[in-house]
Amino acid sequence: MKNNFSPEHNYINTKKITGYVEKKEATRETYSDLGFKCGHEIHQQLKTKKKLFCRCPAGIYHDPDDFNAEILRHMRPTLSELGEYDGTALMEFKTKKNITYRINNQTACTYDIDDTPPFPLNREALDIAIEVALLLKTNVVGELHITRKQYLDGSIPTGFQRTAIVGIEGEIPLKNKKVRIIQLSIEEESCREVSDIGHERIYTTDRLGIPLIETVTYPDLLTPDEAAEAAHYIRFLTRSTGKVQTGIGAAREDVNVSIDGGTRVEIKGVAHIARIPLLTHNEAFRQKALLEIKKTLNERFPNPAKWKMTHKPVSPNHIIEIPTFIDKKKANRYHWVAVNLPGFKGILSFFTQPGKSFANELSDRLKVIACIEKPNMIHSEPWYMNKKGNTPANLRQEEGFNQALNGHGVDFAAVRKLFKSGDNDAQLILWGPEDDIATAIETIEERCKWAFEGVPNETRKSIADGTTIFERVLPGPNRMYPDTDSPPIPIEEDHIQGIRKILPREVSDCMKQMKKWQIPGDTFCYLLKRNLFPLVEKIVEDFNQSPKFIGSLIGHHLKYIEGQITPSSPFTYDRIYHLVDFIIKKKLKRDILKQMLPVVYQYPNMDFESVLTTIEYKPKSEEDILDSIPVLKEKFSDISNSENESAMIRWVMGQLRPPALGNMRLSELHTKVAAGNGGNDE
Amino acid sequence: MSDMFKGYKGKALEILKKFKVRVWSEAKIETTRGEFEGIILPRSENDDAKHLVLKLDTGYNIGIAIDSIIEMKEYGYKEAKYKIPEKEFPTSPEKPNIKLFGTGGTIASRLDYRTGAVIPAFSPGELYGAVPELADICNLSTEKLFAVFSENMGPEQYTTLAKAIGKEIEKGIDGIVIGHGTDTMHHTAAALSYMVQNSPVPIVMVGSQRSSDRPSSDAALNLIHSTTAASQADIAEVLVCMFGPTSDEYALLHRGTRVRKMHSSYRSAFRTIGDIPLAMVKRDKITPLREDYNHRRKDKKVDIYPYFEERVTMVYYYPNMNPDIIDAVVEKGYKGIIIAGTGLGHVNKPLYPALERARRAGVAVYMTVQTLWGFVHMNVYETGRDMMSKGVIPAENMLPEVAYIKLGWALGQTGDLDKVKEIMLTPIGGDITEGEPYNGYLVYQGGIPEVEDFIKKFHK
Repeated sequence: MKNNFSPEHNYINTKKITGYVEKKEATRETYSDLGFKCGHEIHQQLKTKKKLFCRCPAGIYHDPDDFNAEILRHMRPTLSELGEYDGTALMEFKTKKNITYRINNQTACTYDIDDTPPFPLNREALDIAIEVALLLKTNVVGELHITRKQYLDGSIPTGFQRTAIVGIEGEIPLKNKKVRIIQLSIEEESCREVSDIGHERIYTTDRLGIPLIETVTYPDLLTPDEAAEAAHYIRFLTRSTGKVQTGIGAAREDVNVSIDGGTRVEIKGVAHIARIPLLTHNEAFRQKALLEIKKTLNERFPNPAKWKMTHKPVSPNHIIEIPTFIDKKKANRYHWVAVNLPGFKGILSFFTQPGKSFANELSDRLKVIACIEKPNMIHSEPWYMNKKGNTPANLRQEEGFNQALNGHGVDFAAVRKLFKSGDNDAQLILWGPEDDIATAIETIEERCKWAFEGVPNETRKSIADGTTIFERVLPGPNRMYPDTDSPPIPIEEDHIQGIRKILPREVSDCMKQMKKWQIPGDTFCYLLKRNLFPLVEKIVEDFNQSPKFIGSLIGHHLKYIEGQITPSSPFTYDRIYHLVDFIIKKKLKRDILKQMLPVVYQYPNMDFESVLTTIEYKPKSEEDILDSIPVLKEKFSDISNSENESAMIRWVMGQLRPPALGNMRLSELHTKVAAGNGGNDE
Repeated sequence: MSDMFKGYKGKALEILKKFKVRVWSEAKIETTRGEFEGIILPRSENDDAKHLVLKLDTGYNIGIAIDSIIEMKEYGYKEAKYKIPEKEFPTSPEKPNIKLFGTGGTIASRLDYRTGAVIPAFSPGELYGAVPELADICNLSTEKLFAVFSENMGPEQYTTLAKAIGKEIEKGIDGIVIGHGTDTMHHTAAALSYMVQNSPVPIVMVGSQRSSDRPSSDAALNLIHSTTAASQADIAEVLVCMFGPTSDEYALLHRGTRVRKMHSSYRSAFRTIGDIPLAMVKRDKITPLREDYNHRRKDKKVDIYPYFEERVTMVYYYPNMNPDIIDAVVEKGYKGIIIAGTGLGHVNKPLYPALERARRAGVAVYMTVQTLWGFVHMNVYETGRDMMSKGVIPAENMLPEVAYIKLGWALGQTGDLDKVKEIMLTPIGGDITEGEPYNGYLVYQGGIPEVEDFIKKFHK
């Protein structure tokens, strides 16, 4: 058995079979060959004073340890239409979680913890949602029907999210195509998870109930980069209203990915759009790998129904030594089970994602479904595992090879003997509290059976390294029902027309205008993300300024300053408008703006006169400045033996820039300095 | 015909007829706001006639304004059929036999996702499908006595229920559970406390504060707690079994005569007033909090007193109350009045002549306190003594609702006011206690540091 099978080589080999290429090497063809398809569900918190269904303030966050009370709940699945439990429901119930909600009186009331029916829907939020629905060009519904969407993970204390469709069937323009929008809904935010260990999950309720909109696109995005582009566009669009929350977690993406022969898999809670390309790229190949596994297994077992795994309890220190990475005290309380997987040789170490193999799919599920914390299993194909039993994401898979079995003290030969395993079998040993073992075994069997069918429907959580881990079974569509606590809300035509009148300019229009104005393209993302186009436009129009200069002043200069300086009090962008107004009234030349901006940003409350003093500005007439040119030129000749004229011009400009700033256009000064010297105009 | 356009009226009905589109049909609708497609759902009778309800493919419902409709086309039809899956309830001779009476509230239910309807589950098989843990607790049989909303429960239902309980006990049941809407559960609990006496087994009332169609519902756990109490508790009294804290932790067993719903929506709405509850119930354990209860017996004897006089009322006193309120009640032929008076049991002076007239008309008048906690003390002030001389009888620390039920029950047995008085003032099932224990009144005030400490330490 040991003879010539190497899990390391198998991992590398199966990665090749899968056809995995690095993201940077992938082309459009790579994805069209895979049949890559992606769609978004983009969540965006709205900037309202109050929550959606109660009058608690929205947008205030507490430290998770800053709470006044805790409430314990359990979530029970309700029967679905066919009298059976929905897949997610069943899984969540299997996990039997004790769900604890932490409540801070400032941000939660009895509604939040489901001890009071909802208050009437927040109209401020609804109007923002209608505004976005119009921007997305959707068909706005005649009547809003609040619907309950079941969630059994406990993230919402009722067990369902109150949600309603505002508009359906819209579109957004990307560079090269139009992406269709399925719907825009308004809904309540869920709780923030504090921890989830074993059977105990803790949530905090500060975020719960904040109004949220969800934009759902069709799976029209055919490459990872297109997926990112669409996500950006939708973010710009929602931000253009100026009525949405910004900051960490205020916008979150669920990205749906599928390939030919694969299944829609949802990657949940992606907080940064920049991560979308790699995540979707890796997910596409994970599905491809699972399809390869399916192929292999179906060749080995023409009749998958006959495949049967076997398991036996084993005692540590007897057949195996307790792996060194497990706490000895805990180990004695655990139950240990060996599992034989017929025909699974080469599958456990089969590549699925960079640094991960099929065994990870099993281990992830043990954690989520059986509530057994990792490490929760070892197996006969440990192509990589460090001594702690982890596969740290930051280590590349090439490292740590050959460490595999060392130090684990697990003799799989004895396990094979126990099962009288065939040459083509694989084995694993799992462990955990007695009560969880039955679920654990079931979980392994279920996932292995799925391997014969391909890609299971699931929700996955994104990891910073661009890979994903199993989060839960993807819920079916059968989890929506009307909220009997809320009457329908008519959306009258007059009301829509009122909102239509105040719509911001379309993002694609803004982009076109900025291009026309020759504002540098690398500022667009910054300007649109912060909804600064209206500011640029206002400055350009009110003060007749060059759009290119203002665009760059904000999109380059201010962006740089933001990265370097922390303001002493909150900085608001309309300060820049007032700044430009100030220098114009003062008849200062615009070059001084760049000098003033860092100070203005750092001290938002400082008056502009004081800013001038801080940068040591002194008024000087153009004549006075120009008068000193001949003297300086002479001085250059004295101190330098360079004959180079442009060196001279540079030196003179260097001397004159500080006194000239604000008093004279620098480009003009340069012309004057160069004049008669044959220097180049800037 | 009416079912074809269920719930639609006025303009909405007209347009459905015009385009020949039925409820449950799959339809394409062209409107001034764009195109919509989905299943036409029935409309709630109370909603306006200006919109159609459509279920989209995604499971969401939306409304479409009638005025915006340009064209509609039916291209399919899918009528919902309600059916509840049944699994046979596993029984075994070792488990106690429990009877569950239904009165109308839903204890368990199943959702029809296509229509959004909530279908109550009630037969043992249906309940087993929804709450399989029940099979570990008891052999369950069920009987739906009536289907009324909690607020519509009245004397007729009280007596029917009492008789049904009597029959079950005579047949040798080990415990009884009564599913009941929560709003008037304490009225029914009081009625049963009087109508069913000396029961050999627990009679446990239960309901739910959050509808059973939601994952966070208290219904399943309440059902588990109440069947556990009915099966195992040594307390052979009429009890209310509802959440102790709002957390999914334990239930309390309250005496039927001392319990009151104290919050419009909290899971832990039920509280024993002026005393402490009888026991705590967890999934696997019953912890008695006191010992002076009627113990479970092996016999099948029980006393059923199914009487009730309906011409009894309760008057909640407020300052400025006009005497004609009392006069009106007397003139209408009422035989008994429970007054919920202020403080120690007072009403204003202008009412005295009316009370005098009530006495002369042979109306039984009893005084309770709207403070809920504490005894009526009519001897403390001159005014109280005045009132007693006008025939108003202090009802000790009976809760106003309990006193109302008791007076109806007493007058149902006799018209002799002396006998009625004897019945009223003889404690039954703890409705009047000898005194109030120091921990019988605990309405903690939030914000106080030690209270906040307590709340943080223990699950609310």
